[in-house]
Amino acid sequence: MNARGEPIIEVRGLVNRFGDHVVHDGLDLELYRGEILGVVGGSGTGKSVLLRSIIGLQRPAAGTVRLFGEDLHALPPHQRARLERRCGVLFQNGALFSSLTVIENIALPLIEHAGLSRADAEYLAGVKLALAGLPAEAGDRYPSELSGGMIKRAALARALALDPALLFLDEPTAGLDPISAAAFDQLLLTLRAAFGLTVFMVTHDLDTLYTTCDRVAVLSRKRVLVAGPLDTVAATDDAWVQEYFHGPRGRAAQSAARST
Amino acid sequence: MTVNGGRSASAEANATAATSPGRLSLERTERGLVLAVSGHWTLPHFAALRRAVDQLKQEPPPAALDFAGLADLDTAGAALLAALLGRERLRALSTTAPGLSGERRALLLAVGEAPTETAARPARRENTIIELLARIGRAIIELLARIGRAMETVWRQIVTLLGFMGLVLATLLRTLPRPRRWRLTSLVSQIEQTGLNAVPIVALLTFMVGAVVAFLGATVLNNFGASIYTVDLVAYSFMREFGVLLTAIMLAGRTASAFTAQLGSMKANQELDALRVQGLDPIEMLVLPRILALMITLPMLTFLAVLCGLIGGGAVAVLSLDIPTTRFFDIVSEVPLRHYLVGLSKAPFFAFLIGLIGCLEGFKAGASAESVGNHTTSSVVQSIFVVILLDALAAMFFMEMGW
Repeated sequence: MNARGEPIIEVRGLVNRFGDHVVHDGLDLELYRGEILGVVGGSGTGKSVLLRSIIGLQRPAAGTVRLFGEDLHALPPHQRARLERRCGVLFQNGALFSSLTVIENIALPLIEHAGLSRADAEYLAGVKLALAGLPAEAGDRYPSELSGGMIKRAALARALALDPALLFLDEPTAGLDPISAAAFDQLLLTLRAAFGLTVFMVTHDLDTLYTTCDRVAVLSRKRVLVAGPLDTVAATDDAWVQEYFHGPRGRAAQSAARST
Repeated sequence: MTVNGGRSASAEANATAATSPGRLSLERTERGLVLAVSGHWTLPHFAALRRAVDQLKQEPPPAALDFAGLADLDTAGAALLAALLGRERLRALSTTAPGLSGERRALLLAVGEAPTETAARPARRENTIIELLARIGRAIIELLARIGRAMETVWRQIVTLLGFMGLVLATLLRTLPRPRRWRLTSLVSQIEQTGLNAVPIVALLTFMVGAVVAFLGATVLNNFGASIYTVDLVAYSFMREFGVLLTAIMLAGRTASAFTAQLGSMKANQELDALRVQGLDPIEMLVLPRILALMITLPMLTFLAVLCGLIGGGAVAVLSLDIPTTRFFDIVSEVPLRHYLVGLSKAPFFAFLIGLIGCLEGFKAGASAESVGNHTTSSVVQSIFVVILLDALAAMFFMEMGW
């Protein structure tokens, strides 16, 4: 599954700064096909900024970001849109369109990009909704009428609408109850198994890290401190990493992962 | 074919849509009916695939499946197959089906397990005369119901506005004796935003309206040889009505909308809830400074508006009607002061109502972007309406009083 080849995401020497505040300074990272990468780091280490840089929402101050081997900012608009269509993004707060119902939110990319009729698009949107674990009644509601966990799932269903090759998740299990979070992990594994889906996931959920991630990248001191399989990363001699993986919560998640 | 290879082929298909849609064929063999699924079962071919599936819906259910020819499968294709076969049969048949990799089987089952209900479409009604009459009847009832609902909304709106007015006044009276709770910083900042920043647009607009009124007066009064009264027309109209009315309408558009949008997005972001749970009063912290700032700035802007209107009218009178500058000033200074005071006395009331409506609509906004937009529109419309209504009532009152 993890046969190394051309990386799908290749970040080289990334520099991001806001005014005088440098977030990333010479950050390198790559993500290979079929892999689930978990990105962890303390608050303010620029995990979300890294995600925004990769999907092209944030123009880096220096360095290159290559998505499917192409530099998003150097591409003409229609080619850029074609690349972006192969990515699904789940934003931290869902970012559902508040004037559309859940079903319409999911059907929108299907109508706009896949050219389906409204009825077909809404049928498929219903399938995605069910895949993401939402009841069919939720489809007719507006995002403002949903709970936090339901918004997460609806946003996941929208991210999966076009069967993307590459999925970006920003804190996908934050705000979900443990049962839903575990179901989410299983869903991610199923989708990866079925499509060879590649996932870039920013998360703090240690259980998700242990259950799903093939590799973990630790952001610290404005770059990727270490990236590799969990065991390697957890053995890194760094105070923050040790605290993170071998603190009380880290140990609990580890033993839970071992026992299953 | 490996899963990874399959995915990249599908990605190319998404990009070019050059592949042909997948096929279904039902064959009678010694194992019974075998449903052979082949080709690309992906999103770009959804319409064609759905037609193929619909054709087979009438046929007897297959006893076995054959996926040997399947090139590619995604959730769109899997959803169609799952809908055709049903959950139970899919689970039973897919274990023995040749050509189905474990991953694709997992996908098929995952999609099949997801309970989906396709909403039944309402059947078409017959178009008989009775049906037609019934529809007309329903339309009339619907129309009446809309009128009724609109009236009820207006009534409820008035009640809410009066309630909110009482709440704001009560909070104001509670806050007045306690200078420590006056939000001076906030008040000054609001005065800057609603007053100082509005100076250029108010000045420019009233200058131009002053000039327009002067031209109008010159055209009409010239017929009577009374074009000298143009100056009186501009002076009286701006001092009594136009100065304050134009400024109030301008601020209703500029400031009431800003108040609604600010408070509406704060509400959407739960900032108002956060204030309340910390024991802070949103009326005192957010509404009072805004309304008070508007009540301070609107009279000042009205003064500016009268001034600029007179300058605009004066410019036309001096430059175009050949009225000497000294004569212009003589006429203006002969206008009794009470006309100016009558105009100015309306300003605080207008300001209070504009601020009140702007803030109230902000509080009423819901969590969606659309709702904030609707309430912003509503706040501008309402405040302009209320300003003009009040101005008409005031005009009648002042006339009866002989002021």
